[in-house]
Amino acid sequence: MIAPVFEQLSVGDVVLTRELHFSRDTLVRYAGASGDFNTIHYRDDVAQSVGLPGVIAHGMLTMGAAASPVAEWISSAGVVSDYQVRFTRMVPVDGADGADVTVTATVGAIDTDARTARIDLKVVFAEQTVLGKSQLVVTFA
Amino acid sequence: MVNVEIQGKVYPPTAPYLVGREKVREFARAVLSEAPLHHDPEAARAAGYPDVVAPPTFAIVVQDSTLQQLLADEEAAVDFSRVVHGDQRFTYTRPIVAGDELTGVMTVTSVKQLGGNSMVTSSTEISDASGAHVVTAISTLVVRAEEAAA
Repeated sequence: MIAPVFEQLSVGDVVLTRELHFSRDTLVRYAGASGDFNTIHYRDDVAQSVGLPGVIAHGMLTMGAAASPVAEWISSAGVVSDYQVRFTRMVPVDGADGADVTVTATVGAIDTDARTARIDLKVVFAEQTVLGKSQLVVTFA
Repeated sequence: MVNVEIQGKVYPPTAPYLVGREKVREFARAVLSEAPLHHDPEAARAAGYPDVVAPPTFAIVVQDSTLQQLLADEEAAVDFSRVVHGDQRFTYTRPIVAGDELTGVMTVTSVKQLGGNSMVTSSTEISDASGAHVVTAISTLVVRAEEAAA
């Protein structure tokens, strides 16, 4: 992937699209790394007892993984100075098939004086957006 | 229902959290990131950082210890089994790097009641060992209404 050059970015540019695959292993790994051991992220029976279809991904896993392609793209050309999301839909993760999530990152705004670019993320599972107002601000060196 | 009286409440600083290089790598793998800055100290140093740089959502690990204070607070009366994450934001002064010793101080900025649900917004200021600001982590937790008795 070619690192971005601030001066070459334009509002509306689609800078990347990436398919992410979450399996139950991904959820267990995220639980361990983050310390979030809520049982709805690894036990279907508990998830169903609180009205969920089954195990769902941690919202913070979806938020974190959605930013990773952008972090890989910016490399050392800049840093993420702000990142916000709304959790609008859950991502159920099937025991056998997992879940496929698509991330599309678009340049939403540019501030030439501050040398920042707002990157808007569209995060889709099963043809529905799962994160709302998902925006990263990258501050360029 | 969450007690609206906790709006404005400031909790005590959390115990310092020492960011380890392997923890940063483990977290980066967990969020499916292969960015060299998260994994390779040489790449991080070449970019001007003392050690590996944490992914942007890593601050949740430190913020979580402040959210645990909220959940454990009897005055707040937050029923954890009914909590859903509504929104999340991180605003950084600088990235978190391995070797940082981070402390969080949480303020409950808003408590709203809507149709039996409660929405609790908290803001955690995370600072390094010198006291300098690193990141502010803001969460809204939605505490769902209890179902009517069957």
